[in-house]
Amino acid sequence: MLDFDYSFLAEVLVGGLLSGVMYSLVAIGFVLIYKTSGVLNFAQGAMLLFAALTFVSLVERGAPFALALLITFAIMVALGMAIERVVLRPLVNKPPITLFMATLGLSYVIEGAAQLAWGTQVHGLDLGIDDTPFEVAGILISKFDLFAAAVAATMVAFLTAFFRYTRIGLAFRAVADDQFAAFAVGLKLPRIWATVWAAAGAVALVAGLLWGARLGVQFSLSLVVLKALPVLVLGGFDSILGAIVAGLLIGATEKLAEVYIGPFFGGGIESWFAYLVALAFLLVRPAGLFGQKIVERA
Amino acid sequence: MSTAVFDRAETKSWRVPSWIGPIAVLAVAYGVMPFIGGAYIFEAILTPFLALSLAAVGLNLLTGYAGQLSLGSAAFMAVGAYAAYNFNLRIHELPLIFSIALGGLSASAIGIAFGLPSLRLRGFYLAVSTLAAQFFVQWALTKFGWFSNNNASGVIDAPPLSILGVSFDDPVGRYLFALTVVTVLTALSYRLVNTQTGHNFIAVRDNELAARVIGIPILKTKLLAFGISSFIIGVAGALWAFAYLRTVEPAGFNLDRSFEILFIIIIGGLASIRGAFFGAALIVVFPLILSRVGSLLLGGHFDSGVLDMSQRIVLGSLIIVFLIAEPDGLTALWDRLTKGFSRTSRQQPQ
Amino acid sequence: MTVGILGASALDLPEAAEAANRIAQPPHERSSSSDAPPPAALRLEDISLSFGGVVAVADVDLVVQAGEIRAIIGPNGAGKSSLINVISGIYQPDSGRVWIGGLGFVQTPTEKLAQLGVARTFQNLALFPGLSAFDNIAIGRVAVRRANFVEQIIGLGRARREKEDARARAEAIIEFLDLKGVSQRLVATLPYGLQKRVELARALVATPKLLLLDEPMAGMTATEKREMAQFVRAARAEFGMAVVLIEHDIGVVMGLSDRVAVLDYGRKIADGTPAEVRADPVVIDAYLGVAHDHEPVGAACA
Ligand SMILES: Nc1ncnc2c1ncn2[C@@H]1O[C@H](COP(=O)(O)OP(=O)(O)O)[C@@H](O)[C@H]1O
Ligand SMILES: [Mg+2]
Repeated sequence: MLDFDYSFLAEVLVGGLLSGVMYSLVAIGFVLIYKTSGVLNFAQGAMLLFAALTFVSLVERGAPFALALLITFAIMVALGMAIERVVLRPLVNKPPITLFMATLGLSYVIEGAAQLAWGTQVHGLDLGIDDTPFEVAGILISKFDLFAAAVAATMVAFLTAFFRYTRIGLAFRAVADDQFAAFAVGLKLPRIWATVWAAAGAVALVAGLLWGARLGVQFSLSLVVLKALPVLVLGGFDSILGAIVAGLLIGATEKLAEVYIGPFFGGGIESWFAYLVALAFLLVRPAGLFGQKIVERA
Repeated sequence: MSTAVFDRAETKSWRVPSWIGPIAVLAVAYGVMPFIGGAYIFEAILTPFLALSLAAVGLNLLTGYAGQLSLGSAAFMAVGAYAAYNFNLRIHELPLIFSIALGGLSASAIGIAFGLPSLRLRGFYLAVSTLAAQFFVQWALTKFGWFSNNNASGVIDAPPLSILGVSFDDPVGRYLFALTVVTVLTALSYRLVNTQTGHNFIAVRDNELAARVIGIPILKTKLLAFGISSFIIGVAGALWAFAYLRTVEPAGFNLDRSFEILFIIIIGGLASIRGAFFGAALIVVFPLILSRVGSLLLGGHFDSGVLDMSQRIVLGSLIIVFLIAEPDGLTALWDRLTKGFSRTSRQQPQ
Repeated sequence: MTVGILGASALDLPEAAEAANRIAQPPHERSSSSDAPPPAALRLEDISLSFGGVVAVADVDLVVQAGEIRAIIGPNGAGKSSLINVISGIYQPDSGRVWIGGLGFVQTPTEKLAQLGVARTFQNLALFPGLSAFDNIAIGRVAVRRANFVEQIIGLGRARREKEDARARAEAIIEFLDLKGVSQRLVATLPYGLQKRVELARALVATPKLLLLDEPMAGMTATEKREMAQFVRAARAEFGMAVVLIEHDIGVVMGLSDRVAVLDYGRKIADGTPAEVRADPVVIDAYLGVAHDHEPVGAACA
């Protein structure tokens, strides 16, 4: 390793970290729901697709950017609440696996509906941020990635403030800590769940727009859920901080592996590498980085 | 998780014995179908139905009975198919049926490897591990030409189906071949779930701690579930490749296929061998019906894209409806129907 | 300490660690002369266990002689279940030792519990809802069955003998506990009292030398309690095992047990015959004192 290219390494690392932010963005939507209702919402990816597709289609039909954003936001909140009401409420107290399978079915419904409503062609999505890289200390950084990171940070700050300072947010935390206790002191669980699903809808919108701008708005957008799963496993299903840290970690290792290990395998390892990292880690720490340990009681 | 054990029909003296049903079905499948069905029925409906049913039987052992959620069934099908292909290709004079069995064993080995984390991981964490199998296997089969005898895109062509010199290489023959394999493995699975091992599966699913306390070896039981399940799914994959499609590529064993098999057992009924067949029947037949009905109602507007989308919507809705309204699936529906029927058609003994 | 999915049990310990976990026989029990008394069925030495700040068990010593019915009573949250969980290896004590039939453990290997001759029931039902009552009971023989799954599918030879043995013993226990009418029903469809009885049957079918019963009468009507007490007494008379009986209700155990230990806030505050314990002013205090419950609301079911 005589002339190892460190600035290249740094560039790969920064690129990886920034793309990790995009993973975190999706994972946070999962964590919100998992924390309050114990549901691993596989439909998060489909919601993201639905949001992006609705937004682009509105814009393409001549709606101004802000209006389209507002309408899509309203639709996503309504969708989240409808899901809670129609699909999850009847399944309350069912085993987590049943709930998961229901959201799997849900993802099929939403994907189908989104494309039936708006068509299956690929839409470009321009958020008006130019993606030309600029140079910092010899490292090329994508402006778009930076923008995405800023959005993610804003969103996390917003969510944190929400949970810390609003009544419903505090209730949410109580529910997340102990459903029985929250129930016993008279918090209205269904209302909290509805709020959380609405929030997850909004998070899906943000993630959908960023991912859509990146990949184009098309069916495969819903597959970003598969990118978020290893992040969740690594970070723990119930930790927002975990989702962020794990997203960064996976983004970085994935890019590094792609560049430095990938060539030995003929490439394409990104389809499973994140899973490998997450699994290896799990074998050491079964609850992930920040997840709560499960206490067995008898 | 479903708790029903419908397959052990209570035998009351005046009831029809429980083996009559399967025997009647087999009699029709062997004795009637080959003489009345056309090639389309065999190639587009019955043979894929059989292969999917078998895969669902396998997954049901793991997920329905042993309670270990797997999202990687298609990967194990792929391993079964590609391994059987390679055994057949590389070991001369090896009878085809042995190649298929070895394909199943290979899937079994991979299944056990990816089931090992089940010692430590539960629920979603384990499910994610099976997803790793899904992506890794698909990648490896595409990446390494050896698996497909150096076909550029990983495509393999099925060898001719023949056993002891008897050729099964026409639609009916392939159907009979699949039918026989499926019948044998289903019968064995049915036996299995009624043995101590089958009860161990259920015990580990229902209450792992209690199972451990009474002396059920947890890890061994889970690995056994992974091994047996993957064997059956692997053989189903070989049938899918050899008897149904005859030309397959790794992409044919993608995540959607894994979900499809999961959906079959949800719709058919978790922890029910019969349920796998009910569910597979619905999954195979309903797209055909949907496309007929769709083009009847909408005419030209109902193109393949619309069909595909409405198929997803209907399928997803079915899953949700079943989970909410009939968690024990079509099997429970069927039992209620037939019980209702026997109640009305037969005089209750006084 | 918490028992995570990592599992503090010896299940995943390598052999060497397990050997270290097991301790040589204590000197007073190693004697090989034939007139030495048989080892106690169970001996607890200085067991302590806490969860975060909560002390569940504090320095508890306890001896259970072969064949005796040993009650452990105490108010809710006194640490009774925790003690049972320590004995069965579900919790690892922070300190102390568990001696079962002459073998000592830092943590009892749960997966070998049945081989050690220990069976237990749980305070909250721990049945297998997907199996019939009969199968729930017959599965209690699992620890003595050796046939592998292929033999079981074929169903000949030892697989058949073992199945027959399990069936015969399960039927005998079903008869004994008067469960005949319901044995073919899915266990989840049985009323609570009968489910409790099925769980007792599952423990008995293993013919244990030590039976741990965690509140077998909880939530029962007075009649059901009396029935259950009768069954426990009859089981001891029939099979001669030692019984550790946890009970919340001081009245129920008095007529049933040979000796009673009383726990309060994790400490053993009294130990003796029922008459001695009943007369003990400390015990009276503990029971008449304010019901103490340092559990959170949600854990009331634990
Ligand atoms: N797994 C656990 N995690 C945390 N605290 C526990 C756990 N098990 C028991 N405890 C606590 O230990 C104390 C004793 O509980 P327990 O042994 O269940 O009492 P008992 O059976 O006498 O009612 C209680 O304060 C209880 O909350
Ligand atoms: Mg207790």
